[in-house]
Amino acid sequence: MNNIKGIAASSGIAIARAFILEDPDYAVTRKQADDVLAELAKLDDALAKSRAELEAIKERTLAELGEKKAEIFESHLLILSDPELIDPVKDKIRSEAVSAEYALDETAAQFIRMFENMKSAYLQERAADMRDVTKRILKHLLGLQYVSPSEIDEEVIVIAEDLTPSDTAGLNRKFVKGFTTNIGGRTSHSAIMARSLEIPAVVGTKSVLDSVQNGELVIVDGIEGNVIIGPTDEVIAEYTSKQQAYAKQMEEWKQLRTEPTVSKDGVHVELAANIGTPNDVAGVLGNGGEAVGLYRTEFLYMGRDKLPSENVQYNAYKTVLEQMEGKPVVVRTLDIGGDKELPYMDLPKEMNPFLGFRAIRLCLDRQDIFRIQLRALLRASVHGNLRIMFPMIATLAEFRAAKAVLLEEKDKLAAEGIAVADDIQIGIMVEIPSTAVLADVFAKEVDFFSIGTNDLIQYTMAADRMNEQVSYLYQPYNPAILRLVKMVIDAAHREGKWVGMCGEMAGDAVAIPILLGLGLDEFSMSASSILPARSQISKLSRADMERLAEQALQLSTAEEVTQLVQSVQ
Amino acid sequence: MQQTFKIIDEDGIHARPATALVNTATKFKDTECFAESGGKKVTLKSILGVLSLDLEQGDIISLIAEGGDERAALESLEQVMVGEGLGEVHE
Repeated sequence: MNNIKGIAASSGIAIARAFILEDPDYAVTRKQADDVLAELAKLDDALAKSRAELEAIKERTLAELGEKKAEIFESHLLILSDPELIDPVKDKIRSEAVSAEYALDETAAQFIRMFENMKSAYLQERAADMRDVTKRILKHLLGLQYVSPSEIDEEVIVIAEDLTPSDTAGLNRKFVKGFTTNIGGRTSHSAIMARSLEIPAVVGTKSVLDSVQNGELVIVDGIEGNVIIGPTDEVIAEYTSKQQAYAKQMEEWKQLRTEPTVSKDGVHVELAANIGTPNDVAGVLGNGGEAVGLYRTEFLYMGRDKLPSENVQYNAYKTVLEQMEGKPVVVRTLDIGGDKELPYMDLPKEMNPFLGFRAIRLCLDRQDIFRIQLRALLRASVHGNLRIMFPMIATLAEFRAAKAVLLEEKDKLAAEGIAVADDIQIGIMVEIPSTAVLADVFAKEVDFFSIGTNDLIQYTMAADRMNEQVSYLYQPYNPAILRLVKMVIDAAHREGKWVGMCGEMAGDAVAIPILLGLGLDEFSMSASSILPARSQISKLSRADMERLAEQALQLSTAEEVTQLVQSVQ
Repeated sequence: MQQTFKIIDEDGIHARPATALVNTATKFKDTECFAESGGKKVTLKSILGVLSLDLEQGDIISLIAEGGDERAALESLEQVMVGEGLGEVHE
């Protein structure tokens, strides 16, 4: 038995015989052609066969994975009939009297080099698409007997160096139980496809291809990222029961995907997701998210050499709002400064970055930056259900100042004749204790609160969450924190406002019963926590949890709170 | 006739919108369509040609339509550029 560690790319457990998928030899040498016309006909024939294959893959991808995933094959089809590729190949066959495969290989190599040398990183990666298309045509030209994954007809686990997008899309779920590769990461094409197809996968193992023989029994554990080769009966039994437990869990969670989040006694709360980029929205919807509770806009500003323009921001916000199809999207305005640095902004180094010049403090000072973001948000507001949230608000004056700037930008847009939604809610993050204590006053002026527990805990306990020596003070269940949360929720409800939570605590299985009991309206967490949380809440009665929360608030320590919650579950 | 655009998409011109541009240009069989940027001119009926311009955010690109239904062709191409959030009209 041999255990290999890799990257868990797609969840689930598969047990089956190994099927080693190796690329055939595509090496082409210069060969003179006796019959130029025959070579041209051979090329046309190979192109037609490739086109038929790609059409089939495209149709299948469209049906199984949707339009977005099928687009890549649409561009492969365009390359296949591209005059800039095909004309030079035919010219080469005619003028040099060489074989079709040689002419194609040489011409395609120029394009692959061209892509590899491009300045845009995105376009550099298109070299992989060019290779994929070239191999497909070469396969037909060379008459290679390559068993493509789509032709597999017994239950297997596919083992490969890497899988191309068309390999992965061609995997037949009926027979391919899982796959594992030497290279790749969680965001590589094959990993993304595997998650869409719901085939367990472990990628980036470095060595799996050299460690397995065709036909050997293999277990792919896409939950932990393990590959087990030649497992003992005992291990097989262990994984078979894990597999069954996972299937049962998935079945239960899947049914909850389109359900609202309702407690056992019929109280609805909203389960939302935290996102960083428009790419995260697919995961939110796939996991049944009812809203985006926190869109961290910092990522738009990071990893670049200048501030993002109004249009770049507008496009990102618009994409998120449109894809959420009218479900609420809470966008947090720029929370930068302190420990989150932007090289191009040249901010001064600080002794105490978490207590320093950051977030709304910076935005109110650098209004040139702030106003561009607000304009982009306001313009995007007509594309969905936008809510704007200011971070790190410590005083009412800060909120009023930020809101005034927002309203000024709104008036300016109106004067320019640009449409802006009328019903944009404006709220604040509650992460500074002064704001939590004064929540009743804030509640009269804001439309909503979202409690940022990571910072609220660190400021309340005066413990830097980056410092391991004081990490024991990061205590979400400390009654002091729970009482602050209760103050905020009660204050908001008295004014008819709603309260969300967007820190780690909102998705925490120990915290959820208490938060439900305290009356939290919206829980925002990482997308993958949504279905487990929905399942947990559906088994809890809000009335019971209210009593539980009352008890918890009277306890002395975080440990006692944990014990109390665990004793009732 | 031609129209100049400034690329506003952060990824420059990537595969999906490039596909849309090529598909649109190809619909106009009697019209020659070109893209020109940085002194390089390519046919808009080739995805490899369009991608080979290596366009990034901020770059300027001219779309050219000649012959046949050139006005309708240019209008359709402009709709793709603006509609896909690729570029904005540049004077």
